[in-house]
Amino acid sequence: MRKFTRNVAAAMSLVAFTAAGVIADTPTRGGTLVTVLGSNVRNLNSAVQSGIVTGYPGAQLFASPLRYDDSWTPQPYLAESWDVSDDGMSVTLNLVKNATFHDGQPITSSDVAFSVEVIKNNHPFKSMFAPVENVETPDAHTAILKLSKPHPALMLAMSGQLMSIIPEHIYGDVPINEVKTHPRNNENVVGSGPFKLVEFKNGEHVILERYDGFFMEGRPYLDKVVMRIITDPAARAIAYENGEVHMGAFESLPRVINRLKKADGLNVTPDGYGGIGPLDWLAINTTKGPLADVRVRKAIAHAIDKNFIMKAIMQGTASESRTGIHPDSPFYSADVEAYALDLDKANALLDEAGYPKNGDTRFSVTIDFGWPGVKPQVEYVKAALKKVGIDVEVRASADFPTWAKRMGTMDFDLSWDTVFNWGDPVIGVHRTYDSSNIAKGVWSNTQGYSNARVDELMQMAAVENDMEKRKALYAEFQAIIADEVPVYHVNTLPYHTVYSDKIGNPPIGIWATSSPIDMVYLKD
Amino acid sequence: MKTFGLIVNRLVYAFVLLFAVLVLNFTLMHMAPGDVADTISQSMGGADEELLIEIRKDYGLDQPYYQQLVTYIGKVLRFDLGHSFFFNEPVSKLVLERVPATLLLVITAQILALLLGVVLGVYSARKPNGILSHFVTLFALFGYSAPVFWTGILLLIAFSLQIPLFPVAGMRDVTIEGNFWVHAIDVMKHMVLPVLTLASIFLALYSRLARATMIETLGTDFVRTARAKGLPERQVVYKHALRNSLSPVVTLAGLQFSAVVSGAVLVEAVFSWPGLGTLAFQSIIARDTPTILGILFFSALVVIIGNLLTDLALRFVDPRVGASK
Repeated sequence: MRKFTRNVAAAMSLVAFTAAGVIADTPTRGGTLVTVLGSNVRNLNSAVQSGIVTGYPGAQLFASPLRYDDSWTPQPYLAESWDVSDDGMSVTLNLVKNATFHDGQPITSSDVAFSVEVIKNNHPFKSMFAPVENVETPDAHTAILKLSKPHPALMLAMSGQLMSIIPEHIYGDVPINEVKTHPRNNENVVGSGPFKLVEFKNGEHVILERYDGFFMEGRPYLDKVVMRIITDPAARAIAYENGEVHMGAFESLPRVINRLKKADGLNVTPDGYGGIGPLDWLAINTTKGPLADVRVRKAIAHAIDKNFIMKAIMQGTASESRTGIHPDSPFYSADVEAYALDLDKANALLDEAGYPKNGDTRFSVTIDFGWPGVKPQVEYVKAALKKVGIDVEVRASADFPTWAKRMGTMDFDLSWDTVFNWGDPVIGVHRTYDSSNIAKGVWSNTQGYSNARVDELMQMAAVENDMEKRKALYAEFQAIIADEVPVYHVNTLPYHTVYSDKIGNPPIGIWATSSPIDMVYLKD
Repeated sequence: MKTFGLIVNRLVYAFVLLFAVLVLNFTLMHMAPGDVADTISQSMGGADEELLIEIRKDYGLDQPYYQQLVTYIGKVLRFDLGHSFFFNEPVSKLVLERVPATLLLVITAQILALLLGVVLGVYSARKPNGILSHFVTLFALFGYSAPVFWTGILLLIAFSLQIPLFPVAGMRDVTIEGNFWVHAIDVMKHMVLPVLTLASIFLALYSRLARATMIETLGTDFVRTARAKGLPERQVVYKHALRNSLSPVVTLAGLQFSAVVSGAVLVEAVFSWPGLGTLAFQSIIARDTPTILGILFFSALVVIIGNLLTDLALRFVDPRVGASK
């Protein structure tokens, strides 16, 4: 069906190169890149631990079958070519022949089969490989993923940090579901990626150096990558400004972003986060009291001024989002109800729903938040809803687990929330709206939302291999979500990458730093 | 013999105290809603429900409270502080790796604050109403009342950004190469700002206390006698008066041992100092019970040892302490 020969793929990557404008500069070899991690690292093995913190070292230590350019087109990586069968029930990966792990052992199809098994049993995103029934290995460099149903989400799930190929001869010594606590996850890591581990000091740094046996000719360009762990955003900002750190990703404080934009010698960009797809939204418990009425939810949406949040609170760093799919995603549809600020309409809807004003107040609800950074949003919602007669009480949580417990058990009315797409909608979007995933912990369908047509659309989109048809299914899905407001979608989380002028080829594809930085170089 | 008795007494007391610290904190941690499975899920961008159940089962979090407590205390009695749920490493390794960095920071700051505080205190006590005395008071109170993270960030802006003399964060620059001395100097450069920040809190305590006790001592009969018999002023102040004023200051310094964890947390956070404070902060945020308890166990131990050393030091500074019993 979509057969990519090595030449086609190579030609495509050349196109991508030119498009990104990087061919103008000839990359220089060598040097030490000093970068920063905003939190302490829990686990370096990205086959068993997802998340943006592990993603950065993980994608350098471990290679995946595919990688993506900045226009969402798959590129060869560990797989030099791939083929999806006509019925969509099997995906064949032809591995590069010269790839080796950091201990010199060849990377074979049985390592791919092993990695899929490990990810299926340990990784938190079960939907990525759930339809993969088994992996056939007819020869050392061919792996055939046999599926129980067509699974287009697999393409994105085979890139970035999501499908890290790990060595069976290292991790195969424990039962498969115990790999998540394997001692080699954090020390003496033997990876498959462009850089190998030199040292990981918990709370201090991760140091990687160039793996000379890396299968891509001439890469990586850098000799060494230092990832310093600096958890204080203000201290990180100063470190970028005085040149102590060359690059960092996932900066999200508007104040810091705007300050760094003005600094000399620094570039600050929101590009490169489409794959991760972080969204800020107002979650609504659709099973509780007045909130069960869709008119009340629409009224809430009309009473909240997104522009105020984006201008005053996010200080112009975030962009609008209208649906559960990130605006950078090819599946995003902006052609949905956008809920312009309209207090009259909000009041009318609330009257119609049978909640007349009793004095100043129609009814009372609570609003939760899980981390201090979003308190301004929550306070704003309280003030905005007061104008239409909804009395809002802010409930603080002592810490994340307290809030997570409330969300996971649906013990809330309204809550500010931030949820990531993680590539294909099947992985990070469905979980919020799927009626079979209600109240299954934090970031499940905590809204208690249930709509048979939405479930059906998600099921159809999950198995639709035709891109245009799939887009149409998701467009209808997004229109219903926007119309029924189980979640009021507000803005993208303004993740930004900061990099100095000295850096060539910054990682601004779809996965930010959760992708190999083998093409990043230091200018002389 | 008295000293030996003191040590035995303190060891019994220490055992009871450590036990209480562990049971109380274990219970408090258990009472809070949510657990480490939630923070692990947070670090992974969400997790499937099955995985959460599996994590809770792996770590025994699905067991009843008393059973978890008995298992934990049993382990501690066998000198095993357990395994960190969040970082997948033995707690003793995590904690012991962080101890040197914190001790280096806290002890240096303490010594600096103690020396400087006593000198400034004595100086201002001699002319309690002089301009310089008021200046010392003002300076000390400013350091004490300003929040440490604010002082820290201000120092960073001044001496890392505006005048780039010192590095922003961490304890060492991993990109430099060289012999032991090159690295030692590098660590010292990294220490300057965090040590100053931390010392600024203690400085006020020591200088105010030293000043107050010195003023009192300088007014006593034996100082007047010393002056009357014609001793030089230096000898009166430093040998007679100071020695007699030191014991409250030493007591206070001993009490400050608890600052190994508490006082350093914020300073470590601002300067990304890889010490116990940052670990404590992160494990509390992550609800990593074994690590938190391990740190509390260790800091309780440090406080007990610190108090014991203070008692012994007091006997040395002021012989009346041991004799009075």
